[in-house]
This record gives sequence, structure tokens and C-alpha cells, in this order.
Amino acid sequence: MTFGSAKDKEVVKAFWTKLAPKADDVGADALSRMLVVYPQTKTYFAHWKDLSPGSAPVKKHGKTIMGGVADAVGKIDDLTAGLLDLSELHAFTLRVDPANFKILSHNILVVLAIVFPNEFTPEVHVALDKFLGALSRALAEKYR
Amino acid sequence: MVKWTEEERCTIREVWEKVDVDEIGPQILTRVHIVYPWRETYFGTFGDIFTNTSILNNPKVAHHGKVVLRSIDKAVRIMDRIQETHAALSRLHYECVDPDNFKLLGDCITISIACKLKEALNPQVQAVWQKFLCAVVEAMNSQNK
Repeated sequence: MTFGSAKDKEVVKAFWTKLAPKADDVGADALSRMLVVYPQTKTYFAHWKDLSPGSAPVKKHGKTIMGGVADAVGKIDDLTAGLLDLSELHAFTLRVDPANFKILSHNILVVLAIVFPNEFTPEVHVALDKFLGALSRALAEKYR
Repeated sequence: MVKWTEEERCTIREVWEKVDVDEIGPQILTRVHIVYPWRETYFGTFGDIFTNTSILNNPKVAHHGKVVLRSIDKAVRIMDRIQETHAALSRLHYECVDPDNFKLLGDCITISIACKLKEALNPQVQAVWQKFLCAVVEAMNSQNK
């Protein structure tokens, strides 16, 4: 999966250096919002004791998700190859409907707008939206 | 018809009170044109909307942003009759705008409001606000059927 232009990659990497120190909090907040705003997504986490915003399992998994995003930033030149193992995990073990990748991406963007209101310009928004879209398509690669 | 609890009505009005239509309207349309540039298809009379700089400086983009938010203002004020009050707008758009674009516009509205409200747009408030936007999007698509 090729993603974007050289400029898009530059924008994503530059924004990531600002985001990285707050990545865990961003992940936890995005996941919290997904579970509250799109309650159908709770089905994947029925084994957690507490799905409320900011709970321990939500924080832990938010950190895991953003670890995956960080990995993807590092493999931005070939997301498909770089995310093969994660794609297999989501397709065969976790069995997540790929429609949910877009839902989580939207909530990540909402959190970025809140945490970085001045830096999350339309230009940064479009580059990140394209990146998260490409990441989602790479994650869905092994489904069929 | 969407049903609203009293708490939901309060939440939507509290979000809307913080939105300055003249400030946020242009920001929303600018964001939409930059993030989803294929919408250029629908704005042939707007002049130059082909670069980020031209979009940011285009007075017709800014004006249309205010027009869009004024229709949202109407929906906030008449929450129980959104389909009825937006029927004419839906008919105006239905043969020329792909319905998916209203959802994309809704997403940009949420993100622009997130920049303004910051943490005040907590998960519960976001849920109610997006429920409201879904009702508006559904009303805008109502004449497609």
C-alpha cells in the first residue's frame, strides 16, 4: 500500500514528533470516544471489566493502538508489507469488521483537533486522514 | 422522527452557544474543500478553489460556510422538526450532490467544533452532538427516497 506524496509523508512525520509524547493519552481518549459514540464497537471488548472512558483496560489498549500507529509511521513507505502481521491478527484472531477502522480513525482525528487546535490545520488534517485511511486499508489486506 | 431527552437538548444547545457562525462557518467549508477536494465538482461558480491558498482566501467558500451553519442553527432551534424544516434544502441538493458528502461535511463540522471547544467536547457531549448531526444529515438526504 503506497501512501500519499512526499509532502504528505513529511507532514505526517512532522506532526508525529509533536504527537508522540502525548500518544498514550490520545489513544486512550480516542478509544474512549469510540466506545461511547459508537456503542456497537463495545462488542469487541465484552471481556473487559470496565469499558468506561479512561478506565484501566481502555488506557492500556489505547497505548497498544498508538504503538501500532507509531510502527506504521516508521513503515510509511510500505504500509502493506509493514503491517502484514497486524492485518493477520485483526482478520483471523480478533475478527474485527474493517468498517470499524474508519470509526476509530475519525475519533483519533477528533482528539488531535482537541489536543492540537492550532496545529491541526486543514493541511495536517488531510495528510493524517489519508495516512489513517492507508493504514486501515493495509490492516484489511489479509481479510480476503 | 428523532426523539431527544431534555439532557440531550441542553447538551446540543450548550455546544451551539459556543459556536460563532461567522468564525467557524468559513473554517468548516475551508477544511472540507482541502480535506475532500473532489467537492470542487459542486462549486463550479466559486472561482478558484484549486489550491489551499485560493480556498483559504475565497470569499464564496467563506460565505457558503456561514450559510451551512445558519441551517444548522435552524435545526438546533427546531430540533423536533428537522426533516420538515430541511425538506426544501434537501430537494435543492438531491439531484446534484452525492449524499455521502453530507456525512463528510458532518465529520468536518465535528472536527472544527473540537478545535474550538477542546476538552468541553468530552465523549458524552460528542455522542450527543454526532446524534444531532446524523439527524441533520438524514434530513438532507430525506428527499432522495
